[in-house]
Amino acid sequence: MVAAFSLFCLHITSPVFAQEHEPVAHESAEAKLDPAKIILEHIQDAHEWHFFTLGDFHASIPLPVILYSPTKGFSVFLSSKFHKGHEIVPYKGYEMTGNKIVASDGTAVYDISITKNVLQMMLALIILVLLMTGIAKKYKDGQGVTSAPKGWQNAMEPVITFIRDEAAKPNLGPKWKKYFPYLLTVFFFILINCLVGLLPGSANVTGNVAFTIVLGVIAFFIILFSTNSHFWGHIFWPPGVPLFVKIILIPIEFASFFIKPAALIIRLFANMIAGHIIILSFVSLIFIFGEMNLIAGWGFSPLSIAFTVFIYFIEILVAFIQAFIFTNLAAVFIGQAFEGGHDDIDGHADPVIL
Amino acid sequence: MELLLPGIGILFWTLIAFGLVYFILKKFAWNAIIKGLDDRETNIANSIATAEKVKLEMAQLKSDNEALLVAAREERAIMLKEAKETKDKMIAQAKDEAKEQAAKIVADAQITIHQQKMAALTDLKNQVGNLVLEISEKVLRKELSDRKEQENYIHQLANEVKLN
Repeated sequence: MVAAFSLFCLHITSPVFAQEHEPVAHESAEAKLDPAKIILEHIQDAHEWHFFTLGDFHASIPLPVILYSPTKGFSVFLSSKFHKGHEIVPYKGYEMTGNKIVASDGTAVYDISITKNVLQMMLALIILVLLMTGIAKKYKDGQGVTSAPKGWQNAMEPVITFIRDEAAKPNLGPKWKKYFPYLLTVFFFILINCLVGLLPGSANVTGNVAFTIVLGVIAFFIILFSTNSHFWGHIFWPPGVPLFVKIILIPIEFASFFIKPAALIIRLFANMIAGHIIILSFVSLIFIFGEMNLIAGWGFSPLSIAFTVFIYFIEILVAFIQAFIFTNLAAVFIGQAFEGGHDDIDGHADPVIL
Repeated sequence: MELLLPGIGILFWTLIAFGLVYFILKKFAWNAIIKGLDDRETNIANSIATAEKVKLEMAQLKSDNEALLVAAREERAIMLKEAKETKDKMIAQAKDEAKEQAAKIVADAQITIHQQKMAALTDLKNQVGNLVLEISEKVLRKELSDRKEQENYIHQLANEVKLN
């Protein structure tokens, strides 16, 4: 893993080593090592899948660009059209500035390209679907029902039953079966994308705010459609409190309805992006020291690699924890939305929020 | 700052991907997996319940068997006892009968012997009588062939008769 990860970061090494080989010629032309820029480039989406750069050779896969402009309609082409040698050139009236594609004439353009994040997400989801349908087929054939489960069934079964027994059943009560497919999908959707995102050379999908916004908004709508009159009654007319407290409480309660999914969005995004930044920072330290002094760079590398490996293991743990927390909190919020209904006797017991 | 601005493309594709994955997995995976797990759980619960029931039945059966065994043993003992009694009775009866029979046979034999003895005695008496007569005849014939002898004998006889 460490070796592969170093390969992932090879393109950072190239300017450093290039500097070593031809210090005089490139001294002015070569940009100073800027770890912040490199790290931000890594955790951001891109229109090409860049693996490494060795000298003048860029190992990258161009990805399809899909653009919709109200004036020009759809246009689909490969992102490599923007590159002519080392120059970045406009194509079909569109220009690429950094990672963004804008129309040369300044009109609105909607970029729905298959970017690095999208492609990786799709690949991860294909793995997930194949894995799960494979397991489901085994259950249909009776494997694991009348006999002992085999292979991936053993890996997935405890996870599925854990979500059922820890997230779905305690929070959703008798209605858990209705929401269980959603909870499972959310859990595995986040988990597979987090884990694939940890592979060296892969994109930071779950650390992308758009990804978590989609999941949060879906959770918001599911919570919204699960609400009952009791829930709204508690929000707009909290029982058992004096009037002036009600005036304070009502906006807070109403805001909390939107804050809950927003918290889900921010939590997942911040956790995943932080993990990637930490790993990249530890690796970058080698090259920061290397720029000061070659020996310092080599000397610091074992320590840096050790930290990286440590954080890597933590990130694998975090992937599971974040996927579970998202799922569990979604279940808690859904449970709050319909608690105190007809089947609840006292109707005023608030579940504990983590 | 660009980090915090969601791209339209990834919003769009994530939404589509999540929707697709949700429906595909719900239709082809989750239902089958949930059903499989539920079936297995009920299966196991039923199996345990059945095993418990069978265990109870076995225990019941075992105590039944033991009771049966005890009853059978008692019955056997009674039968053996009865058989022994019957045997003793039969032997005693046979002995009695045999004794009676033997006594009867002996009695019969004694009667027959007595009768035959009497017949034999009678026969013997007859034969002895005959022999005596024959011999007497012969003797008399011989003796009385001469006159003198005859007269002697007559004398003798006459003497004997006189004495009587």
